[in-house]
Amino acid sequence: MAKKLALIASKGTLDWAYPPFILASTAAALDYEVSIFFTFYGLTLLKKDISDLKVSPLGNPAMPMPVSMPNLMQMLPGVESMATMMMKQKIADKGVASIQELREICLESGVKLIACQMTMDLFDFKREEFIDDIEIGGAATFFEFAGESDVNLFI
Amino acid sequence: MEFDKELDARGLNCPLPILRCKKSLAELQPGQILKVVATDPGSVKDFQAFCKQTGHELLSHEAANGEFTFVMKKRA
Repeated sequence: MAKKLALIASKGTLDWAYPPFILASTAAALDYEVSIFFTFYGLTLLKKDISDLKVSPLGNPAMPMPVSMPNLMQMLPGVESMATMMMKQKIADKGVASIQELREICLESGVKLIACQMTMDLFDFKREEFIDDIEIGGAATFFEFAGESDVNLFI
Repeated sequence: MEFDKELDARGLNCPLPILRCKKSLAELQPGQILKVVATDPGSVKDFQAFCKQTGHELLSHEAANGEFTFVMKKRA
């Protein structure tokens, strides 16, 4: 019987979009049955257009920067978009997949994407803002598959 | 070594070589041979782990000039 993986994706920045989609697509390649529950900021990753995901160095002293900059300076206008541009350039240069590509592979390989109903209500998101191939559910829906999974991760 | 299909995964980073490999294997018949060429150093351990977990047989893997070549047989 196939192994099962359950993920919670709770973050919606460009950097944190990677772990759930990398792990889910790889697990699917290893014949796992995979479900991802997208909640709070993670829900953003199910929007139709995810080309504008951003990464911020603010409050993240571990992020490598070309020039060292006091953390307070990183609140200045333009720093976030510069950091995002640099990150996207690095991603392309190093042959790292785009989030769109990884999400597409997840869908092709049958990964179940579940959107948190409560978060949709909380942020006034409309169903039509999201891609078609999702299910919508709540915490009990998560446990329905998490309870019988071999691996459970919160990201 | 003879092969039925070749996958060029050079320049791709984790997990793309594995994901592309999975896709290529799906296009083969059981018992057919897939050759993969990658440049990601992490792929050496990853392809061994992939074959171990999926049951495809890793017939050979070698490294030369910064390229890693894997030959695997699709599981029955």
